[in-house]
Amino acid sequence: MENVYLTIVLAPLLGSIIAGFFGGSIGRAGARWVTIIGVGISTLLSLYVLKLFIFDDQPVFNQAIYTWMVTDGISFEIGFLVDKLTALMIAVVTFVSLMVHIYTIGYMADDEHNWPKDSLAGRNSYQRFFSYISLFTFSMLMLVMSNNFLQLFFGWEAVGLVSYLLIGFWSTRESAIFANLKAFLVNRVGDFGFILGIAAIGMYFSSMDYAEVFAKAPELADARMPVWGDTTWSVMTVICVLLFIGAMGKSAQVPLHVWLPDSMEGPTPISALIHAATMVTAGIFMVARMSPLYELSEAALTFVMVIGATTAFFMGLVGLVQNDIKRVVAYSTLSQLGYMITALGASAYAAGIFHLMTHAFFKALLFLAAGSVIIAMHHNQDIRHMGGLRRYMPITWITALVGSLALIGFPGFSGFFSKDAIIEAVALSRVSGAGYATLLLTLGVFITALYSFRMYFLVFHGRGRMDEHTRHHLHESPPVVWVPLVLLAIPSVIIGWIAIEPLLFGDWFKDVIYVAPEHAVLAQLGEHYHGQWGFILHGLVAWPFWLAMAGLGLAAYVYWYLHARRPQLEDELRERFAWAYRVLDRKYGFDDFNQTVLAGGSRGLGETLWSAGDRKLIDGWIVNGSARAVGWFAQRARHLQTGYLYHYAIAMILGLVVLLALFVAL
Amino acid sequence: MIALSDFLILGGLLFSIAVAGIFLNRKNVIILLMCIELMLLAVNMNFVAFSHFLQDTAGQIYVFFILTVAAAEAAIGLAILVVLFRSRQTINVQDLDTLKG
Amino acid sequence: MDFNAAELIPVLPEIFILVLASTVLLVDLYLRDDQRGLNHGITLVGLLIGIGLILALGGGERQIVLSGSFVRDPMSDTLNAIILLVAFLAFAYSKDYLRDRNMLVGEYYVLGLFAVLGMMIMVSANTFLVAYLGLELLALSLYPMVAFDRDSKAGAEAAMKYFVLGALGSGMLLYGISMVYGGTGALDFPTVAASVADQGLDNKVLVFGLAFVVIGVAFKFGAVPFHMWVPDTYQGAPTSVVLFLSSAPKIAAFALAIRLMVDGLGGLHADWQGMLIILAVLSMGLGNLVAIAQTNLKRMLAYSTISHVGFIFLGLIAGTAQGYAAAMFYAIVYALMAAGAFGVLLLLSRKGFEAENLDDLKGLNERDSWYAAMMALLMFSMAGVPPTVGFMAKLLVLEAVVRVDLVWLAVVAVAFSIIGAFYYLRVIKLMYFDKPTTLEPITVGAGARVALSVNGLAMLVLGLFPAGLLGICQAAFA
Repeated sequence: MENVYLTIVLAPLLGSIIAGFFGGSIGRAGARWVTIIGVGISTLLSLYVLKLFIFDDQPVFNQAIYTWMVTDGISFEIGFLVDKLTALMIAVVTFVSLMVHIYTIGYMADDEHNWPKDSLAGRNSYQRFFSYISLFTFSMLMLVMSNNFLQLFFGWEAVGLVSYLLIGFWSTRESAIFANLKAFLVNRVGDFGFILGIAAIGMYFSSMDYAEVFAKAPELADARMPVWGDTTWSVMTVICVLLFIGAMGKSAQVPLHVWLPDSMEGPTPISALIHAATMVTAGIFMVARMSPLYELSEAALTFVMVIGATTAFFMGLVGLVQNDIKRVVAYSTLSQLGYMITALGASAYAAGIFHLMTHAFFKALLFLAAGSVIIAMHHNQDIRHMGGLRRYMPITWITALVGSLALIGFPGFSGFFSKDAIIEAVALSRVSGAGYATLLLTLGVFITALYSFRMYFLVFHGRGRMDEHTRHHLHESPPVVWVPLVLLAIPSVIIGWIAIEPLLFGDWFKDVIYVAPEHAVLAQLGEHYHGQWGFILHGLVAWPFWLAMAGLGLAAYVYWYLHARRPQLEDELRERFAWAYRVLDRKYGFDDFNQTVLAGGSRGLGETLWSAGDRKLIDGWIVNGSARAVGWFAQRARHLQTGYLYHYAIAMILGLVVLLALFVAL
Repeated sequence: MIALSDFLILGGLLFSIAVAGIFLNRKNVIILLMCIELMLLAVNMNFVAFSHFLQDTAGQIYVFFILTVAAAEAAIGLAILVVLFRSRQTINVQDLDTLKG
Repeated sequence: MDFNAAELIPVLPEIFILVLASTVLLVDLYLRDDQRGLNHGITLVGLLIGIGLILALGGGERQIVLSGSFVRDPMSDTLNAIILLVAFLAFAYSKDYLRDRNMLVGEYYVLGLFAVLGMMIMVSANTFLVAYLGLELLALSLYPMVAFDRDSKAGAEAAMKYFVLGALGSGMLLYGISMVYGGTGALDFPTVAASVADQGLDNKVLVFGLAFVVIGVAFKFGAVPFHMWVPDTYQGAPTSVVLFLSSAPKIAAFALAIRLMVDGLGGLHADWQGMLIILAVLSMGLGNLVAIAQTNLKRMLAYSTISHVGFIFLGLIAGTAQGYAAAMFYAIVYALMAAGAFGVLLLLSRKGFEAENLDDLKGLNERDSWYAAMMALLMFSMAGVPPTVGFMAKLLVLEAVVRVDLVWLAVVAVAFSIIGAFYYLRVIKLMYFDKPTTLEPITVGAGARVALSVNGLAMLVLGLFPAGLLGICQAAFA
């Protein structure tokens, strides 16, 4: 099996290298095919591996492939851990990635128009894009298949790097450059915590290997680390919180969420791939993988849950006032990631992963549908200028409807199963903060339905508000665009129905995810579970369903019924609730805070230190001073080499005499 | 009877003379070649003396090899000397100072 | 004593190289001037066959043959193969350079092959006599190679200096060997080692001899203060010869150090450790500092060699199997780096133009971005920047000295390598950020192009996946 796993990882890498370095010589078609074939092979093999795990009781593979180095007893290895969690993740990652690859053929077909004429950076941009997304797939696979923290960190940073490259893909646009810089910086904050967490693991466990760390974790459950004076912290809590800070960066949780909406500056395919379906789920995956650690720290679980619930509700609210179609979807992503994180905090890891999987399909679908709309609208992304598109783009319309229904958790659709499971699990949780989380998640359902269908009705229904020229050219996107939509719509509908039983209440995650008995909310939930129909019927009489219906109904009333009669309605509402609108429009001031207080403050501090400390003391004295000293010394020392043979001989004799004097005479 | 130490002192003296010759001589490169020969002979003296007092022939065999190598070395040294003289018209050690620093 | 023909089997690679050298010598007699390229072909093919022979015959247990004079063990297999490989690279890069300067003659290849033979003998020596003969065969072949450009004044001067100092160095080595012989009564390493173990450190004659032996080894490496020949020779000799001289012989010098100081005089480790510490610190310090002041690239690389020797010594100083493996790794990596760096210089040289000043690299990126990238990789590797292999090499030797509680030495080494990073990075700066002085295109034969690409990329690949080579090095001292 080792070869199969290696191929899964390396095929996209190979495709990426070929398309990236030889893009100029193999041309557009070559780059396209080589990467799609690479990812295609990966997808097929991943599905094959998943099949083996489902039907054939495939044993867990946990093995080092290559030992990079061994130092001080800690070995740094490249290795794979393939169990049921990994099998699920790689299947989702490669499948979504393959869809995105195919979709990209159509979306980027006219990419040269996105670059200034004769721009050097725009040369072979098409090939470069394919190379990047394949490289991204490779990085993500390395991350999820890792069996040790070092490789996890490699994958973690690699997806961060590729995401940076892709957000700023249109590097001649200033907004893209700012967005990718922002993503990079915010992720640095998270990664700083993450690497500190890994360092703490190295320090307390003397190992980088998951299995060894997990085995040793219970011994350290009550260990404390000295912080300052007599204050001590629980080692487990510190490690878990530090690792989670990394997850907050990658999975865009408050307050490190600010990069994700801006990342929509990148081309739409990568919004679907990276900022919806895969990279942002790395944090969720990581926490689920580390469940044996998190289960040992109640405090860390509370932290996780509160952060998640906060993100889920408040970021959903912001989605209500966005007018850029992609930003609406982006905020919904933030909110849904919050749901997953909350589930993790409630120890319902399986529910988090389950939602991750369903979300990956329907969110990729929504993004790609948005992309399809954007193509039709000639890259106008403002939903106020759309409307009535269902007549022109039937396939995009239907698939977007499917995606939206899945997102709001309409009974029977995939999102329904996963989201309901999360809410019920959190309600059952006894970790402190669970009450707060339950409330926010339940209300969040209403918000989700409202903003999703606000967008849906404004885009696909009502009167067309675009200009004549655009209207004239409206038509359904080409098959390379709509085929992935259809292929993603299928799992968006059915995957919840199929997967809920094994994933949540079966033994799929037995031995993979560890849940302490006192946290076993899903097991409790499972006692009342009687098949999918029972779950749906139960859902119909619960709060979330009615809240979702209320949101949907309100959206339909305001943005479909009323909007057709009073188009200025939204502006009136905005004036009526000006203060609330301003809070949401400014996104609670996170950006302003970062801009003025963090960035401004550190810049001010930097200026002061720079002029006083750096320029005078360090540059003037230490750096330049030492450089001058070295230079001066070098100029002197070179005169030792006089060019005279006899001086050379004397040097040798002197060396001899010194050695003899030191070691023989003494 | 001459003691082993006498031979070693002689060898050491010859070696020192040779080394001193190399760094004191600033005129003729040929003298350097002679010093090198002298140094090898000093070593030979050591080997033969040890060989005799240890009753072991290996040392004397070594001497034969050293003599052979010395001959080859002298040939190559002189060849380089010829090249040097051809290109610079001098074999003065003091003039060999273009490469330095 | 019976002669057993089977004893010749482990020696076959050496015999083959000897036959190869003689063949080139003979064939050359019958070649017209325009057919000299044949020598090149025969040599390259022969070296490849030699590598094949080593791989075919190598492996397995340590074998001692020819009345105890010759040893074949995992270390000799590896080092011999690498020496042939590096020599292959050196010859492959040099063809155009030699042809442009009318030096593409049989003698060049004959001398080169004899030097290779000398190195192989050094690697496989099991007595002081054989080690000495290998050393002299190498040295006596290199002296004329340095003076190969008969019209070059600098070449003749460099050869003369190298010759005189080399003779002085080997004279000291011989003197030391004679003392060791007197102290132990034997010339073969196992007996000497046993005798040293018996006598312990009480015998001052042995320590006296050891000092001379260390100097002989240090001279071969070019460690301070026995380094004076290095810069002058590098600057004066033809670049193709410098390429040869700076790469493979370092591996042979490493083998010499292991054979003499570990196999033979390992019992005196405490003494030579102290000596090597002094030499290592001086080498790293002086080499890195003076390199900064250089404007001639060949001379700069010469000082850089000196500093790298200091690092190789670190591994030896540790005196553990891990340390020797790290030093071996470093020596091999260094040989590859040096071959690549001088290879780039060779490619930049044209008929009537020697690329040897730092300014000649200006704007290389605009002239040929691929070679600039390869040179950048090599420079990063020499500076020890991850993820290139130079970083791994430095890390391994530093780890080895830290393990034996010589932390201060590791700190000193790191400090000097930071100073050293300056002049390597300056090369990169010149290539990428300065305007070229000439826009003449770089014309290179396909063979050299491929070889250089492989050489440059090897820095990256070995850096990312060092375990293979490292495993081989560790197996040599297991």
